[in-house]
Amino acid sequence: MNSIITAKDLCLWYGSAQALKNIDIDIPEQSITAFIGPSGCGKSTFLKTLNRMNDLVPGVKITGRVRYGKQDVYAPGLDVNLLRKEIGMVFQKPNPFPMSIYDNVAYGPRTHGVKGKAKLDDIVERSLRDAAIWDEVKDRLKKNALGLSGGQQQRLCIARALAVGPKVLLMDEPTSALDPISTSKIEELAMGLKEKYTIIIVTHNMQQAVRISDYTAFFLLGELIEFGGTERLFSQPERRETEDYITGRFG
Amino acid sequence: MQNSSISTGRKLYIRLMKGLCCLSAAITCGVALFLIGYVLVKGVPNVTWELVSTKLSYLDGTIGILPDILNTVYIIIATLLIVLPLGVGAAIYLTEYARNKRLVAVIEYAAETLSGIPSIIFGLVGMLLFANTFGSCLLAGALTLVIMNLPTVMRTAQESLKTVPQSYREGAFGLGAGKWRVVRTVVLPGCVDGVVTGCILSAGRILGESAALLFTAGVAHTLNDFFSGLGSPGATLTVALYLYAREPRPGAAEASFAIAAILMALTLVINLAAALAGRYFKKRSAL
Repeated sequence: MNSIITAKDLCLWYGSAQALKNIDIDIPEQSITAFIGPSGCGKSTFLKTLNRMNDLVPGVKITGRVRYGKQDVYAPGLDVNLLRKEIGMVFQKPNPFPMSIYDNVAYGPRTHGVKGKAKLDDIVERSLRDAAIWDEVKDRLKKNALGLSGGQQQRLCIARALAVGPKVLLMDEPTSALDPISTSKIEELAMGLKEKYTIIIVTHNMQQAVRISDYTAFFLLGELIEFGGTERLFSQPERRETEDYITGRFG
Repeated sequence: MQNSSISTGRKLYIRLMKGLCCLSAAITCGVALFLIGYVLVKGVPNVTWELVSTKLSYLDGTIGILPDILNTVYIIIATLLIVLPLGVGAAIYLTEYARNKRLVAVIEYAAETLSGIPSIIFGLVGMLLFANTFGSCLLAGALTLVIMNLPTVMRTAQESLKTVPQSYREGAFGLGAGKWRVVRTVVLPGCVDGVVTGCILSAGRILGESAALLFTAGVAHTLNDFFSGLGSPGATLTVALYLYAREPRPGAAEASFAIAAILMALTLVINLAAALAGRYFKKRSAL
């Protein structure tokens, strides 16, 4: 397996509280990797170090190394905006902008300098198709995105993220605010997307990790306890903590 | 043992307090109604087409307030044109860019203090700063009003910037948008309501201001267009009211009551506009 993102000895502090401790991980390309673990274990925090969304939080200190391909993610002088174009993100709560569906999807390409109606039209349609929402919205592209249902909004946010042409998609509990039907749509979508993209998904839901992911990383109290193929990790965990968690002894 | 629980004394006391409260409310309401009624009764009959469509003529001995109306409009426009970019810019800096929390606190405190200063002091400062450098003129008055209204515009813009959900900013940053693009495309459109409210509030304040303008904008009643008006002295409606009220000339007292009635009507219109704008934006944001 080829790894696309590598973290080495990564530590993170919020002020004086250490949230991540010496994380080492190699995330394989074109697969789905799930981060699981109880609340506050650092899985979302770690996800956000990968495209530097933690830069937005005041008082964060990071040591160690994250590599995306050959690029050091924390190298001084790195263009964060280009990094985030390559490593897109879908958030826990659907957060479409209060604009039309079309403008939501076109926002990213426009940000990165794509001009011309024909080009944008093409990107918008392709992204919406890839996010499996085209048929539902093709007749109302000019309508406000906030009029969509929660599940549709989240798929729109996935389309919006795909529109800038990322290689990696970070998903931070993308279904935790959605109903079961919308959840299964997003899961199906994620499984289709791994043909073209690398997906890293934080989830609270172990069944979800089992259903869709190829690899699973288990976090506990800021440490990466165990990382491996999903089937192996859930059937024969190597570490005691993992076994306790996946058998529901705590969580 | 008695079961008619409240004693007569206590009952009387309760009734008395309730009565006093009602009386206070009645006095408050009565004073307001009397004031409005008095001004309208004395003023409205004097509001004639001739008064609002002509200028003062010492030759004919007639009083017209068209220049004063126009001066008021000019000064409102000029002030808003200057104060808007300044106030909104400062608000954006404070909420989106400033990292130093202490600096933000100092600026906010300064703005708060600025908005509590009596307006005559702004007039004095405006006279020394602006009127002494380029003479008494509407522009000097407008600049003085800019200083006065800057805190209001900045605070209202700031408050509405804070209501733009953080998730919008995250979404835009997550797509690789730079800071300025996020501010321009996601944050600013979300604070239009605050900017409009700030404008209306400022317009109301400018309309009612006289002390800060007496020393800065001058007292002339000449008819000007916008640009020549900015460069020449001119009285606004409130200043004209003050001037006519002191004049022993026949018709002057009537003119000042007419102005008072017009000002009252305009204030009502501005308050209504503020309420309507508030309701409109609430409806839009609930979408």
